[in-house]
Amino acid sequence: MRMKFLAALGLTVAMGSALMVFATPPAGSGSITGKVTYTGTPMKMKPIDMSKEPSCAKQHSTPITTENVTTGPGNTLKWVVVYISAGDEGNTTPSQGVRYDQKGCEYLPHILPMEVGQQLQIFNDDQTSHNIHPLAKVNQEWNKSQPPGSPPIDTKWDKPEFISVKCNIHPWMHGYFVVLKTSHYAVTGDDGAFDIKGLPPGKYTVTAWQEQYGTKTQEVTVGAGAATANFVFTATPY
Amino acid sequence: MTLKKFAVTFALGSAVLLSAGATRSTAQSHVNSPDPLLGTPSVATETSNINGITGHAEEGKHLYRRFCIGCHGPDGNGQGMNAQWIDPQPRDFTEATFKCRSTPTGTLPTDDDLYNAITRGFVTTNMPSWRPLNPQQRADLVAFIKTWSPRWAKEKSGTPLNIPPETPITIESILHGRELFQKLECWKCHGPAGNADGPSAATLTDSKGNPIKPFNFTTGDRFMCGDTNRDLYRIFMTGLDGSPMPSFADVIQPNDAWDLVHFLRTLQVALPNQELTLWQSYKAAHGKDLKPIGPDSAGGAQ
Repeated sequence: MRMKFLAALGLTVAMGSALMVFATPPAGSGSITGKVTYTGTPMKMKPIDMSKEPSCAKQHSTPITTENVTTGPGNTLKWVVVYISAGDEGNTTPSQGVRYDQKGCEYLPHILPMEVGQQLQIFNDDQTSHNIHPLAKVNQEWNKSQPPGSPPIDTKWDKPEFISVKCNIHPWMHGYFVVLKTSHYAVTGDDGAFDIKGLPPGKYTVTAWQEQYGTKTQEVTVGAGAATANFVFTATPY
Repeated sequence: MTLKKFAVTFALGSAVLLSAGATRSTAQSHVNSPDPLLGTPSVATETSNINGITGHAEEGKHLYRRFCIGCHGPDGNGQGMNAQWIDPQPRDFTEATFKCRSTPTGTLPTDDDLYNAITRGFVTTNMPSWRPLNPQQRADLVAFIKTWSPRWAKEKSGTPLNIPPETPITIESILHGRELFQKLECWKCHGPAGNADGPSAATLTDSKGNPIKPFNFTTGDRFMCGDTNRDLYRIFMTGLDGSPMPSFADVIQPNDAWDLVHFLRTLQVALPNQELTLWQSYKAAHGKDLKPIGPDSAGGAQ
């Protein structure tokens, strides 16, 4: 490890690409794809009234809604994090960071997965102050003011946790930092589909986490191609 | 559960008797040794160091059982038998999240911070001043409180905030502080006049989801984390962890912070102070030229 690192330093021209190699997870041609759906009746998402913050309200032509249960056609669920919860030990921290934005009094993205120790940069793109308040329980909670034009907050998390994030000034703002031990994860899109790429063949425990409904877990065996895993959550209307 | 309930009742009923009879007879016991009244702390022992006094968790345990258990509970989680009638709720020591710190947000407070909190009490809450306990006893309690969370064994306390000497109290300083109050949107919670009636005030909750009010500057209440100008400086720079009050350490320069302190004092209309006197005479002459604080002034007081 140390020798490799020194070698990379020596190759000053190729340094950028050398670091990229370190960040890349162990090569694997396998993948896990699937869809996340629900049965039952999910709660209705409510439109958000931003009239108390005109600088944000004017950025949305139609009111945005809460996102804690975001559904799509065919009973699909958006914003579900699907990740390898066992069978994927020994990852190194990626050198590339992740970015979190406060824009239009909304957290972008609503759900931000990252790895333990990975650099996290938080930006305020609005013309209003936000206070960013991750309500960590396993990690240490903190709470910082970020007025317009402040530099990004540069931070990281030491332990895996689903961390609820809120702004106390704009109480409708809500999101999650999903801190994982693995580099193999995906977030479901509008169609509820996910694709975890770059997996070496083997047996894995795969977990799907939805902020309102918790986790579902299944065992998946990955060969050279694409393995399939679908998750079904039981939705409740409250 | 029933056993624990019984134990708590017993504790409060006979705390005086117990402590009179068995003052130090069990003082040598391990902090984790079974205790009919207390749950098991998460670490075996802790010490504290306050101005050369070393506090010992084993000693603090007995004091906790006598003086703290009623509110902070047999398991240190703030759910003692009195907790249901108390607002704000007693501190949950198992989370190791504290409001009054000299250290940055997200870090553990120093032993001195905890010692000062016990000594001072929190004026706007049910937590009294524990000055009647001698310094050694208060140091022992600090050590014991730290056994409720494994964080104290794994992490160091944060580096205390450096507070430069206070700048002179001038009308320029107060006016600049007023601009900051507008620009940093303190009024969104604390209200344009410090009345705790800002647009976000009604929606605030603490980190456990309990409703919480912003500080009302106008009532004459003292600040819960100390009442000097230095304390006020420290409060908004470090933030009050576990509450909606964020840290401003990354966004306010040291001299600007003193300006904000001087302005905040002028909001304390029920507490006569130097800044208020200066401000009132200024306002008598120039009040009509001041842009009001709040959403209407479009981000630019003065």
